[in-house]
Amino acid sequence: MYELLKDLGAWLVDGEQWTGPDGIGHRLAEHLQYSLLATLVAAAIALPIGLLIGHTGRGAFVAINLSSFGRALPTVGLVVLVFLASGLSMWPVYIALVALAVPSIVTNTYAGMTAVDAEVKDAARGQGMRAHQVLLQVELPLALPLIMTGLRLALIQVVATATIAAYVSFGGLGRYVFDGLAQRDLVQVLGGAVLVALVAVVLDLALSGLQRVLFRHRPAKSA
Amino acid sequence: MTIDWSWITDHRDDLTTLTLSHLQAALSAVALGLLISLPLAVLAHRVRPLRGLLLGLSNVLFTIPSIAVFVLLLPVSGLTRTTTVIGLTIYTLVVLLRNTVEGLDSVPARTKEAAKAMGTRPLRTLLTVELPLALPVIMAGVRIATVMSISLVSVATYIGDGGLGQLFTDGFQRNFPTPVIVGVVLTLLLALVADALLVALQYVLTPWTRRRKGA
Repeated sequence: MYELLKDLGAWLVDGEQWTGPDGIGHRLAEHLQYSLLATLVAAAIALPIGLLIGHTGRGAFVAINLSSFGRALPTVGLVVLVFLASGLSMWPVYIALVALAVPSIVTNTYAGMTAVDAEVKDAARGQGMRAHQVLLQVELPLALPLIMTGLRLALIQVVATATIAAYVSFGGLGRYVFDGLAQRDLVQVLGGAVLVALVAVVLDLALSGLQRVLFRHRPAKSA
Repeated sequence: MTIDWSWITDHRDDLTTLTLSHLQAALSAVALGLLISLPLAVLAHRVRPLRGLLLGLSNVLFTIPSIAVFVLLLPVSGLTRTTTVIGLTIYTLVVLLRNTVEGLDSVPARTKEAAKAMGTRPLRTLLTVELPLALPVIMAGVRIATVMSISLVSVATYIGDGGLGQLFTDGFQRNFPTPVIVGVVLTLLLALVADALLVALQYVLTPWTRRRKGA
């Protein structure tokens, strides 16, 4: 085990490992591109849906069941399926990653919206606020912490799952995992896994930091 | 993309075997996950300093891609079912630990004080008051963990296990969509049925939540 860790350390700090088209730098950039683009597209689809369902209370059934469905959908199968249907392109990977991220964001947005106190909404309406004002100026800010949780969860899942791009011969950090598997090179597999985990942790910390900055004005909640 | 129905009828026995093996891996992982996370959750709930550590640690484990987890276990447990189950268990821990801690947190302090005032000992309070009241939140975690595990078993196909996931590799290698479609549909069905059964179980286990809804 000690030998393995030593080899892993050497693999990670080797300067040559970081440059070139197979280098960690390039793979890292690819991985970030897949993950961030997929999460952004997913957020663009999921946030309006979650807000609408939470605001109107209609379609709650959809929001709740969508999350189960999203969790149950086997990503490997989805990637292979879209791959067989569309041929060699990045489409399968992006479709699968977006499909993975949408449910987490919808459910958390919905949960955040329903957690807003009904009396607060009544008060806002009593002051003469219109529906869209209540939505954007009262419900949305109060629901933001849970919405951010959903985005963070989605991003972590997407970063971990973007590994799958390498399965259908694309890049990203998954290359090391799959190439290492094929070559029975455990150090490379381990290196890829460690890098993916690092990316996920760093992005999650960045988002939680952003969240803290955004909500600085609010008194700390005891819960 | 057309489905070759005769392939399905020809492989009925294989499909049954794969489905059962798939289910066995997922359920073992959830059971193991519960066994490990319950005591840890009680610990995290009672000992505040441990709480952040345990929850943080499980979060970090969650970020490691499942493919890598399975492969990293190879030197420990080899190309076996054990590797699949350990890998999946690690994933269930995140959800189960968090929900069980949150469930225990959600029990009102007053309720616990009432139990204490009636002379109930801490362990008994935990088993007869806190855990039952935390059950809805814990069950929510069990449902998520179960559905997630059922979906994740397929990933173990890279190390030669993976239940229905083997249909994905098979279809991918032969450029033949039918097994892939069948695999996806069966996985979704398994998850759906398991989730419905857990909802029914929770309904039976928590009669008091039913009465409250009527009020």
